[in-house]
Formats: sequence, structure tokens, C-alpha cells
Amino acid sequence: MKNQNINTEQDYKYGFTTDIENIRAPKGLSEKTIKFISKIKKEPKWMLDWRLKAFNRLKNLKEPNWQKPKYPKINYQDLYYYSAPKSASEKPKSLDEVDPKLIETYKKLGIPLQEQKKLSGIAVDAVFDSVSVATTFKDELTKKGIIFCSISEAIREHPDLVKKYLGSVIPLTDHYFATLNSAVFTDGSFVYIPPKVRCPMELSTYFRINASETGQFERTLIIADKGSYVSYLEGCTAPMRDENQLHAANVELIALDDAEIKYSTVQNWYPGDKNGVGGIYNFVTKRGACRGKNSKISWTQVETGSAITWKYPSCILQGDNSVGEFYSIAITNNHQKADTGTKMIHLGKNTKSKIISKGISAGKADNTYRGLVDIGKKALNSRNYTQCDSLLMGNKCGAHTVPYIKNKNSSSVVEHEATTSKINEEQLFYCNQRGLNQEEAIGLIVNGFCKEVLQQLPMEFAVEAQKLVGISLEGSVG
Amino acid sequence: MLEIKNLKASINNKDILKGLNITIKPGELHAIMGPNGSGKSTLANVLSGKNGYEISGELKYQGENLKEIPIEERAQKGIFLAFQYPTEIPGVNTNNFLKTSLNKVKKAKGEKELDTLSFLKLLKEKSSELGIDEKMLSRQLNVGFSGGEKKKNEILQMKILDPNLTILDETDSGLDIDALKTIADGVNSSRDKKKSFLVITHYQRLLNYINPDFVHVLSDGKIIKSGCMELAEELEKKGYKKIN
Repeated sequence: MKNQNINTEQDYKYGFTTDIENIRAPKGLSEKTIKFISKIKKEPKWMLDWRLKAFNRLKNLKEPNWQKPKYPKINYQDLYYYSAPKSASEKPKSLDEVDPKLIETYKKLGIPLQEQKKLSGIAVDAVFDSVSVATTFKDELTKKGIIFCSISEAIREHPDLVKKYLGSVIPLTDHYFATLNSAVFTDGSFVYIPPKVRCPMELSTYFRINASETGQFERTLIIADKGSYVSYLEGCTAPMRDENQLHAANVELIALDDAEIKYSTVQNWYPGDKNGVGGIYNFVTKRGACRGKNSKISWTQVETGSAITWKYPSCILQGDNSVGEFYSIAITNNHQKADTGTKMIHLGKNTKSKIISKGISAGKADNTYRGLVDIGKKALNSRNYTQCDSLLMGNKCGAHTVPYIKNKNSSSVVEHEATTSKINEEQLFYCNQRGLNQEEAIGLIVNGFCKEVLQQLPMEFAVEAQKLVGISLEGSVG
Repeated sequence: MLEIKNLKASINNKDILKGLNITIKPGELHAIMGPNGSGKSTLANVLSGKNGYEISGELKYQGENLKEIPIEERAQKGIFLAFQYPTEIPGVNTNNFLKTSLNKVKKAKGEKELDTLSFLKLLKEKSSELGIDEKMLSRQLNVGFSGGEKKKNEILQMKILDPNLTILDETDSGLDIDALKTIADGVNSSRDKKKSFLVITHYQRLLNYINPDFVHVLSDGKIIKSGCMELAEELEKKGYKKIN
């Protein structure tokens, strides 16, 4: 085949680093580091205390090891826990004041903030390394009473909201990585939508890891007050590098009565090279609480990057009639590994959840869907529908489905469907014979396979995601 | 249009085509008949460029050596294969697939690609010519199509892509008489001085409708007899075994 010799390394088009001087916390994990972070963020004492509480708890916790993908032991004392572009400490007031190199980086990434402002109607809270450097559309949002800012700013400016909700979905004591995040998180986004307000635009954050050997510990908190609606987009790319990098973010969503949160992710972090060297460890805790009645939380994720993806965006359906949804595409190629899925915890009556998971494995990759559907005793008349489809390309990759289903009352119904199929030569031949080359054919077939999930993404993301699906699998079938 | 000299093809060390010769000029329609296992589908696969075959001999299309051209480029250069068993591609809308395909071919020819509106117009025109229900086209590609619908969809694609050389691989197998007529009408309305056809079939019945210029009998990887329509009639009467 002519198309066999595709060099995947070169196809990672975001593989560059920007040369910006960094302010760094002392190396290693210690009380000193945490105090440094808290100080540089100008945090109030209660926040520092909270962090230290997490740090103390962490000392008694062990890293979980039940997941399928194994990874080399991480030396937490060898990481930097804070690194910020220098210019951020001088607090840019507008985009014009932002370090031109940052702007340049965004341009390479295809995120021209200025243009985005005008063209796409997306407000961008851009995270470069660990500090938010530019927030757009703030005025328009402020008029509606919407708060969209960095978590650091929220801690200073909206302490009551942060105190009330931070850690209320992912407690301090949750598990190793979540607790680690609570101790050392550096930045992230904060969103508050007041009652009965429909957020007029898709809120979006771009994450990017830049400084060498820096773990990225983002913290996102989104609160949708009664009767409100918000759609939040998260997308990431990262520069090419050799060392493995840990990313352990925490994302907490809270939906009160009749509120709806839609959270979409396109994750494209550096997956390591063809031989599995380098790449990001993406160990993220994402959890949403449908706290109010008739509330709804919908997770959509397109996971194409990272050496190891280990995450389970979950919904706790506390309010009666609340709805949780999880739509996922996980693509693994070369030596990538993914262990991902969701947890749907039904507590309220008449709660509904839906899980649509599409796993695609190529090369020597390994892809696991792991999910829990737990319907409690009091969650009468609840329903879950789960569909897990796996697609294999080639004969050296793996796909696994590990569903846990607990139904503790007799009025609830759980359905689970799973399929595993192989992308077949006949489909490729058919597409080739109609004038599509190998890459285009794979893109087409895989996009067809993922259609139900891609449809859930907001328009501007869907287009990008479709391309990404094709790019991620380039060179995977010879 | 197409020149095949001493074509040999094998797969997994098994010889299938054993020195096949055929020349198809522009405007001609050739039929190839032969018993099961004689190499008919292999010929179609080799011409369209399917992987996995060891090939020797001469294979020329419009003066170019086909062996060096990958599948998709052959398609872009106007070789079209109507599949014996069109494959299902879930989640891919038939309309969109056709549009993508057409625009790939157009782009390769240096023609302007069609936007959605002009494409839908063309699609409507061609599908009504063939009496194809448009509803079928908004479904997923070949998914849940009946045998007849799949074959009609192949002919529709042929009409839309407007190829120079069309290979029909047992497109008539398993069709009822109405569907057979649709296929024949599709072929007949496409015939002109420039276009060539290679129709692979088991039976005479499709040939009754499309009237081939030449009929060849393929047996054990070689063409053992060539003639015109009378040969097909003779085959139908006597069976393959008696032709030698």
C-alpha cells in the first residue's frame, strides 16, 4: 500500500513549545510548595487550610492500582507543582497587554482570541500552563449575572460560592489523585449561572501544558443555579516532549433544581511517539451532582490524546427526575492506553441515565470501557440504558468492556448492550474504489461508528472533533 | 481503453488467473461469463486494484500501467466497480458518501467540486431516472438495504460518478426482473462512444437487455472462447462444461 509510510510523529501538529520564562514553585511536594502556591495566588487563609488538610490526608492515601493500564511509578518529589508565565504576575488588563509570545502560541494552535471573540461567539478563559491569562466576553456575561473566571479569582472574589461548593462533589478525601489535586491545584475555571439564566454562549477553556516537568493540576467548578442552563467546552492540545507528564484535574459540576449543564471535552494531549515514549498521563476526576429535582448533566468526551487516559466523568442523580448522560469516544492508537467510562449513581426517584460509549483501538493500543450503574433502594422507577461499542483496527490492539451494574429496587430497569467489531478490509476497499484514499476511508468509517456521540457536540466542536478522529488514526491500517 | 495481456494473478500462492487476454475499446461492452471459481471476481478485483494479489502480465488502462496506480487513483481516473456484495458502512449517510466520492473524482479531474445544493439536484435527477426512492439515500450506506436496493445503489453511484470503464461484478445475481431492468436501463442509458463496460455474469438474462458487443467465456483463469451474443445463448443451452 502506498499510504503505509505515514509518519505519525509529524502529524502531531501541535508539537512545539514556547520559550517563556517561568516562575516556579520549589521542586517536590511539601507543605512549603503548597504555601508557595497559595501565596502566589493571594489566597485567603481558609483556602490554604483546605489545601493543607488535603495534603495531610494525602499522606495516608495510596495510588489506586486497579486500572488496566499500568504506568511507571511517579516520583512526586521530582515534579514542579506551579509554573506560571512571568508576564501573568503583572496582571494584563486586556489582550493587548498579554505577552505577545503567548498570543503567538495561541495562533499556532488556531485559537486567535481576538478573532474568536468576533467570529464564534465563544468566551474563552484561556489557560496557558497554570494561569489564566485572558478572559473574553466577560462584560456580556457579567450583565446577565454570570460569573466566568479563573478559580483563583473566584476564591478571592466569590469566596461564599467557592466555600459552599468546592469539594462538595469530589470530597477532599476522595482518592489519591483527587486529593492531590485539592492540595496543589493551580488554576482552572469557575462558572456560576444565576437562577433562570440561560448562558447565551458556549463557554470554553483551552488547556495547554508547556513548562517542562510541570504537572498540571486544574480545578474546575461549575454551578448552575435553579432553572439555569450552561454549555461548557473544554479542549486541549499539548507540545511534543519526551518525559511523561501527569495531569490530574478535578472537575465538579453542580446542577440545582431544573438546571442543566452540558460539558463537552475534546482531549488531544501528546500521546507519546509511535514506540510509546513520552506522552501525557491524563488521570482526571470529573463528577457532576444533579442536586436539584429535574436537573440534568450531560458529559460528552472525545478522547484521542494522552499516553494513558484514566477517567470516569460521573453523575450523582440526587434530585428526583434528574437525568445523567455520558457520551464518549475514546480513540487509542500506537501504544496509547485508555481506561474510561462513567458512573451513574441513582439516588432520587424517577432518575434516568444514558451511556453511549464508543471505543476505538488501533496499533498496539488498549482500550477499556469501565462503568458503574448503581440504582439505590430509594431510586424508584429509575432507568438506565447503556450501549458500549468497540471497534478494532488491526490485530495487535485490545478492547475490553467492564460494566458494573447494581440495581437495588425492583421498579427500576437497567439495559446494557455491547458490541465489538473490526474495521474490515471490504469497507476500506469499497471506499477506496469510490475514490477515497486510505486515511479518508478510515476517517469516514470511524466517524460513522462514532456518529451518535459526535452529534452531541456543539457545532464548532463537532467539526474539529471529526477531523481529529481521522487524524488520530492516520497510518493505523496498512 | 483497457488492454490485458497474459494476466496472471494469485492469492495465497493459489493461481487464479492464468494468462488472460482481453482488449476493450472505447464504446464497447464486453461480457464475461464463466462458472463459479473461474476467476471472474478476481478479474474485477485486480482491475480495481484490491490488495492481496500477486500479479504479472500487462495491465493497461488508457495507455497507463495500472499495476502502479493505487485503488483510489484508479477510481479517480474513471474505473468503477459495481460490487457483487456492496458492503455496509454503519453511521455513514448514503447521500454524504456519494457526495464525498463524487467530489474526490471531480477534484482529481480538476473539475469544480459540487456544493450540497447542486449535488442534491444531480442526485434527484439520477435517482428518478432509475426509479430509486430518495428515502433510501438518506439511510446509512447499504445498512438494512435489500439485495435489490444495494445493487440499484451501485448503479446509481455509477450514474453519478460517470466513469469511463465500468465493471459490473455479477450485479444481476439474485435480482427480480424489475430490479434487473433497472440495472439494464442504467447501463444502457450510460452507453456512448467513449464509455466501456465489462459485465461479469453467470446468466444470459441480463445480456438480453444490454446487448453486449462481445461475449467471453472464462474458465480456469483463462478466456477459452470469445464471440458475440450467440455464444451466450449457446452457453445458456449447453452449459459451461460443453464449451471448449
